[in-house]
Amino acid sequence: MTRSATPAEPLVRLRGVTKTYPAAKGRAEVHAVADVDLDIAAGDVQAIVGYSGAGKSTLVRLLNGLEPATSGSIKVGGTELVGLHERQLRPIRLGIGMIFQQFNLFDSRTVWGNLAYPLQIAGVGKAEQQRRISELLHFVGLPDKAHTYPRNLSGGQKQRVGIARALTTNPALLLADEATSALDPETTHEVLRLLKQVNEEFGTTIVAITHEMDVVRELADHVAVMESGRIVESGPVYDVFSAPRQPVTRRFVGTVIDDEPAPDALAALRSRHPGRFVKLELREGGPRQTDIFAVLLERGIAFELVFGGIEDIQGATFGNLTLALDGPATAVDEAVRELATLVPAKEL
Amino acid sequence: MLLPTDTRLGELWPDIWQATGETLLMVAATMLIGGTLGLLLGLGLYLTRKGGLYQNAAVSVVLNVLVNFFRPIPFIIFIAAVQPAARLIVGTGIGMPAVVFSLILAAMFGIARIVEQNLVTVPPGVIEAARAMGATRARIAATVVIPEAMAPVILGYTFAFVAVVDMSAVAGLIAGGGLGSFAQTFGYRQYDPTVTWVCVLILVALVQLVQLLGNTLSARILRR
Repeated sequence: MTRSATPAEPLVRLRGVTKTYPAAKGRAEVHAVADVDLDIAAGDVQAIVGYSGAGKSTLVRLLNGLEPATSGSIKVGGTELVGLHERQLRPIRLGIGMIFQQFNLFDSRTVWGNLAYPLQIAGVGKAEQQRRISELLHFVGLPDKAHTYPRNLSGGQKQRVGIARALTTNPALLLADEATSALDPETTHEVLRLLKQVNEEFGTTIVAITHEMDVVRELADHVAVMESGRIVESGPVYDVFSAPRQPVTRRFVGTVIDDEPAPDALAALRSRHPGRFVKLELREGGPRQTDIFAVLLERGIAFELVFGGIEDIQGATFGNLTLALDGPATAVDEAVRELATLVPAKEL
Repeated sequence: MLLPTDTRLGELWPDIWQATGETLLMVAATMLIGGTLGLLLGLGLYLTRKGGLYQNAAVSVVLNVLVNFFRPIPFIIFIAAVQPAARLIVGTGIGMPAVVFSLILAAMFGIARIVEQNLVTVPPGVIEAARAMGATRARIAATVVIPEAMAPVILGYTFAFVAVVDMSAVAGLIAGGGLGSFAQTFGYRQYDPTVTWVCVLILVALVQLVQLLGNTLSARILRR
């Protein structure tokens, strides 16, 4: 069988999506989401990053109709959501799971009761409920917590329950609203691993909104950067990380990956390290580091790594290295010129 | 010996127990019927308020005006003010039925506010989570909002119970009976403080018992 050349229809397709809150007393009209286009392929993990107030929280709530869009088109699994009534949105929401920063578990119900709730809404029979809940509790690693109340769980355990609850109805799409922002770094890592596992084992498409770039780096395939309600930059995580175009993107990338030392840091480094400073950009598919260092070694130039490092993003190499080169001026000049033919190089 | 000897307490015991029974009956009927109506009215206040599941400015204003109109009226005046309505609905303006009618009405408005104030403590995120699961608004109100607010609501009803016991003491005004009017008639007006104090102690014991019950129940719910 031949496959059609056109790419498969994305699971989520946004076109010209706008959400405007009307002016109220003492407050002008707010464009929380402005003219957003975005395609999310089935099985993808799409991160949406931005500072608070950028509109990412609103955007994610448009995807399950918790907030109605003002205009544009939002298709999830081929169904147009814009213009649907609450009544028509309800069955669609059964196919879209959601997890939250504050977990939003029902304190009056046990873990079991929390997981049973969406199944009861879906009208799933008792036996099937039982099977599904116990399967998911094992999946998230909490089989012994079925009869515990949320009050007695740690933050990480609560989010695991939140994830299990969101998966009970086998949704094709999982929305994660700052799912790890209330957790410590260790627990964040565990929860991200679990989400990755959800994506890989069940093929669940995940839309994760976050202000933490670690989340993007560990979890996402694609990232969209939001600012003032607009998506200002988007693409595969590696592409956006390795060549950020917008200032806001650069700031975000800079939180997890060192670019070059800031002016005051640079001055401090110069006082401790002799020589000229050169920043080299190492990218996947570029020359090997051995070839780069050979340029320096064969000219007898002493060098130190003073800033930066190598990161692994989605299995691809990524790094910005600032080297201090110490040697005869002509040799260093030559070396810098030759380095620039191998990788993007910039003298600081 | 400081205990007064010129008291009729000895011969009044059967009447005291009867009055206690009357008080219990009035309060129980009020809490049952007024409590239910108050719960519904409180839910109405909560659900129609701004940002509520059934946000409706018109209904919200009407309910609020209604509650704010009736709630501040002192019960001793309230009972007289609603006497015509009692005649219309329970067929008499005096006696226990008329008292219970007035109590139910007064308790309903008070409890409505208590219920509303406790329901607003339910985190909006929990309601949002239920909406995201595709729950209907009615289901959310019944299976999320009320259960999640249960512990403070129980404390609210305990508070209301004490208020109703207090209000029921005015029943004597329209010959409604109960411990309050008994204490006035056979204690205060007969210069027999012993009888007054016995009635007081029975009321205190009753209130303590219910408060204990409410605290225990609420704590048990909270502990989970």
